Amino acid sequence: MDFGDTPAEAAFRAEARAFLDAHMPLKEAHRAHVSRAMTPEDVAASKAWQRKKAEHGFAGILWPTAYGGRDGTQMQHIIFAQEEERYAVPTTVFNQGVGMAMPTVMAFGTPEQLARYPRPALFGDEVWCQLFSEPAAGSDLAGLRTRAVRDGDDWVVNGQKIWTSYAHFADFGMLVVRTDPSVAKHAGLTFFIVDMKTPGIEIRPIRQISGASNFSEVFFTDVRLPDRQRLGAVGEGWKVALTMLANERFTVGRAEGPDFDEIFALAKAVRIDGRRAVDDSAVRERLAAWYVRTAGLKYARLRSQTALSRGKAPGPENSIGKLVSASKLQDIATFGIDLAGTAGAITDPEIAAMHGLFQQALLYAPSKRIAGGTDEVLRNIIAERVLGLPADARADKGLAFNQIPTGAR
Amino acid sequence: MNFDFSEDVKTMREEVRRVLRDRYPRGEVRRAVDAGARFDRDFWRLLGDMGWLGVAVPERFGGAELGHEALCMIVEEVGAALPPVPFMASVGAAEALLAFGSEAQCARWLPGLACGETIGCVAPGEPLASSIAATGGRLTGEKLPVIDGDIADIAVVMATDGLYLVELTAPGVERRAIETLDLVRSGIRLTLEDAPAEKLAGGDAAQLLDRLAVLAAFEAVGGAQAALDMAVGYAQERYAFGRPIGSFQAIKHKLADVYVATELARSNAYYGAWALAHEAALPVAAAAARLGASEAFTLAAKENIQVHGGMGFTWESDCHLYYRRARALAVDLGAGWYWRDRLVEQLDRAEAA
Ligand SMILES: Cc1cc2nc3c(=O)[nH]c(=O)nc-3n(C[C@H](O)[C@H](O)[C@H](O)COP(=O)(O)OP(=O)(O)OC[C@H]3O[C@@H](n4cnc5c(N)ncnc54)[C@H](O)[C@@H]3O)c2cc1C
Repeated sequence: MDFGDTPAEAAFRAEARAFLDAHMPLKEAHRAHVSRAMTPEDVAASKAWQRKKAEHGFAGILWPTAYGGRDGTQMQHIIFAQEEERYAVPTTVFNQGVGMAMPTVMAFGTPEQLARYPRPALFGDEVWCQLFSEPAAGSDLAGLRTRAVRDGDDWVVNGQKIWTSYAHFADFGMLVVRTDPSVAKHAGLTFFIVDMKTPGIEIRPIRQISGASNFSEVFFTDVRLPDRQRLGAVGEGWKVALTMLANERFTVGRAEGPDFDEIFALAKAVRIDGRRAVDDSAVRERLAAWYVRTAGLKYARLRSQTALSRGKAPGPENSIGKLVSASKLQDIATFGIDLAGTAGAITDPEIAAMHGLFQQALLYAPSKRIAGGTDEVLRNIIAERVLGLPADARADKGLAFNQIPTGAR
Repeated sequence: MNFDFSEDVKTMREEVRRVLRDRYPRGEVRRAVDAGARFDRDFWRLLGDMGWLGVAVPERFGGAELGHEALCMIVEEVGAALPPVPFMASVGAAEALLAFGSEAQCARWLPGLACGETIGCVAPGEPLASSIAATGGRLTGEKLPVIDGDIADIAVVMATDGLYLVELTAPGVERRAIETLDLVRSGIRLTLEDAPAEKLAGGDAAQLLDRLAVLAAFEAVGGAQAALDMAVGYAQERYAFGRPIGSFQAIKHKLADVYVATELARSNAYYGAWALAHEAALPVAAAAARLGASEAFTLAAKENIQVHGGMGFTWESDCHLYYRRARALAVDLGAGWYWRDRLVEQLDRAEAA
């Protein structure tokens, strides 16, 4: 075993560092993650950084050169992400577009779609959003109800999407809708690319628990989409959506925010009864458990990377990252507030320990356990796909979509 | 990046599994325990002949010189199969010699340990090394419990001023059997009364514990995986309310959590294996491997019983073999509090430096 880069990997890392050093300052330690709403300035900064990366060949490392990518390796992709993490780069609005939407377009797109969409997304000109979840369809995504009805060369869309991150400044959306309610739920879906400026689309921001708004409701009222906006065949929408979700699992990965290093630093700074909190055995017990979990995740990730670096698919160890890190984040935030004593309730970044890092994390950690597959859904996936346990009993099996029981919510 | 066992070790794993499965399929260990056969001498000889006992021992001392990765892999598989042989005790003693013995000490003891003619054990006791001190090359004090001490010929004894090798048939050595949680391993009370002892050239109790903790972590990961496999198998076959119990989420989620804990533990153990050859990283790596593995094995063993329902509470289900081993293993080389303290202190020191 060794943790070193191969000579080729080391050369790439050096190249990445040279690029980053030339264009970005290093991150300050223990800086709070942004849980305020993204401003137009934030979006502009993200676009500018995306363009800079694309111009230097670091934006689409896995992308084919035909679309402005590098046609590089998974290891290069990982190495760049590792290096970029150390710098004060703007919060990105391109995960959905570059990481998830465009790989899906590349898998199913027509030549016209391929010529039109990937390049502007990569170069930071166009932002994408994911129009999947609905009020009555989240974990059970295939239960979605937004309807599209064929009308000549167009489709007419009516319905509602919800929790759409960054919808309010997105240029395009990846939309999955129901085109046939008389067949089984997975079979009646079709996928579209939608211009967010199309008449009939209304976007209403939703306030999150932090008070900020980074996601929205998106209403569709008689929205006309030309058939050439369809991605994949009619009735093939589930397959296209799954491709996008598979890429989501890949991008979402781990939860940012305070981790072992931050809670450890706090425990050394805080005093309980005149001695450092870190010397208290109850505190130690928590710290040790988080260290073990953080290290375990890190080495599980290295095992996956080893598989990738050998040109193999990562093993099942890859599936545990978000499940473990999201809860850990929430627990660390909770405990960080406790450690600060009565001052723990203070959110003012000028007064709170580490600029309010733990208080902010408390208010975004819950989303990490929900978005991109809830904890419960991830456990189902591990149980069924990794351990091979039987599928859940389900009430909608074998039924046409319009025969499936529904609730009040 | 190369953070995985080598292809050679992976191939060898198949062979190791086959040998263990042939002689100790599920149920066979319990039958041996029931028959009072706590030490399977024939199987021990076989392990010696196949080179497992000296797998990490250099060729010049009679070993196979396949390195620690191979040893960790075998330990993991032995941890899953639970054969009644003093494998961990003896490779632990060999590890102590290998890491801390002089050339002459290695030449004197390792060939016997590597082929199985000599059986070793380790006497950590608790609270660790504090109770035994040496005067003029002789030891006086008590260690309790010493695992497989009744079968062993020699013991590596942790003392306040270093590590000592004691021949267990020497005058001044008294061994008395004691019952422990673990049915497959015997424990003794080891009383030393001015017993002749040879000091190892280097090392102290904490350093040896770090190395043994990595091995024990693999043993626990093997046990956790075996308990998880058992539970998954049962959950697929047992029906209730007209469907397999493995289709109930309460069962699925429990087993998903066991899987996650086991994967994290395995990943920490791998890093521990690497750290055996990288001294500066070892104390932290060993503590993390140890704590993660104890947590995973404890969880896997108790949920294995739970998934089996009433059947899991029976002697014949074998679930208790893992349940017992998990707890015994978690305290044998120092309980959780020792390792948590060591972990946090090492991290604290590393940052202060
Ligand atoms: C910050 C944030 C950003 C998001 N961004 C987007 C976006 O950009 N685009 C988009 O389309 N969506 C987005 N989502 C939506 C997200 O994908 C859904 O919230 C998620 O899939 C859960 O769906 P739901 O909210 O409808 O909850 P539900 O599915 O109603 O779940 C409610 C509870 O029931 C549990 N549950 C549901 N099904 C099962 C089951 N089979 N077994 C056990 N328990 C179950 C869940 O685990 C959960 O605890 C975002 C969500 C958040 C929080």
